[in-house]
Amino acid sequence: MHSLQRLAPTILLLLGALWIPLSALEPQAASEAQAAPFAGFYAPDFSLESADDELISLSDLRGQPVLVNLWASWCGPCRAEMPAMQRVYERYQDQGFVILAVNATNQDSRAEATAFYNELGLSYPLLFDADGVVSNAYQLRALPSSFFILPDGRIQEVVIGGPMAEALLIIRVEALLSEVP
Amino acid sequence: MLPILNLGPLALPVPGLLVLAAYWIGASLAERRAERYQSQPEVIGNLLYYALMASILGARLGYALRYPAAFVASPASLLSLNLNLLDVWSGLAAALLFGLAYGQRKGLQTGTTLDALTPFLASLALGLALSQLASGAAYGLPSDLPWAIELWGASRQPSQAYDAIAGALILGAILRGRATKQPGQTFMNFVLLTASAHLLLGAFDAAAATLPNGWRLNQIGAWFAIAAVLWLQRQPARTKQVE
Repeated sequence: MHSLQRLAPTILLLLGALWIPLSALEPQAASEAQAAPFAGFYAPDFSLESADDELISLSDLRGQPVLVNLWASWCGPCRAEMPAMQRVYERYQDQGFVILAVNATNQDSRAEATAFYNELGLSYPLLFDADGVVSNAYQLRALPSSFFILPDGRIQEVVIGGPMAEALLIIRVEALLSEVP
Repeated sequence: MLPILNLGPLALPVPGLLVLAAYWIGASLAERRAERYQSQPEVIGNLLYYALMASILGARLGYALRYPAAFVASPASLLSLNLNLLDVWSGLAAALLFGLAYGQRKGLQTGTTLDALTPFLASLALGLALSQLASGAAYGLPSDLPWAIELWGASRQPSQAYDAIAGALILGAILRGRATKQPGQTFMNFVLLTASAHLLLGAFDAAAATLPNGWRLNQIGAWFAIAAVLWLQRQPARTKQVE
């Protein structure tokens, strides 16, 4: 009995050491192939009309780092973070970085969104999610919500709420750019 | 999953609130039970409060030191409320360093102080598991079990719920357990139980960082924690044998 007690820690460690390889993550489970609005998954695709009446699809931007920012003109933090987003866009757009400002038009006004966009002199694409399709696909729960998307289409990070600090934008965009083949 | 609680115009981040609640409940429990472990409640309360401040400061400074160019370009970001601009390891290191300095200054005994802090740590571990359940982080492997949950486009093991149940059981065991004669024993029991739970339940986690062969790093870390505790627990016995 006494020797069993003395051996118990060794047995426990041996069983633990065996459990790690036995329960190892299989490669197909490790790489989540499906689309979901969470870090590590592929970003759900969408096609939306822009303020320039152009149809823009997320999948057309494959190979480029993308920031999808869901916002509304009545949302204070959304408005507060846009000047920093514009500065970061100007700094990195030559390297292929794209921002898609997806207005949650189903809970906003297209006219007010456009007016605010023009007032700030923003130059990245403004898209209108009139039916809330993107809001649903991205399980929008709070505005703003930002999705940093890698060139291969996977989401690197989700930031819910704002305003995002400029340093955060710079760091995340540089991380996305470092993944460009 | 409930990452955001909308209360009128307010959008409250539930995962963060759960961690804050766990901190507050844990700190209260640790203070109330400090005397059982030969510690002074106000000393434990101050230690936890100042360690929290040190960890927040350390986490932000650590992050700024990792990315100095970004903060030079935008110095105001140093004061940003973004939690994404915090470095967890720097925060933990700052809290630990502060704790050591504070303990030395107050003449705290390591074993009894760690025992007194154990209810706080157990509460925090439970809060972290619940926050992952709320945010959808640390999601489980795909499964067709009857109790599987729909998350991120698949039916999955509720791995965060398993962690939360284990955390609640460990917290209950710590609170119901008697104060041990050996200083530090309550803390080591907590580490042993928590690491064992992570080693076992980590098998259901689909989001864990892995080695190229698929071995999960959190399970490996838990195994080393178990080994360290078992080794430490043998030390007094070995010393007595030598005597």
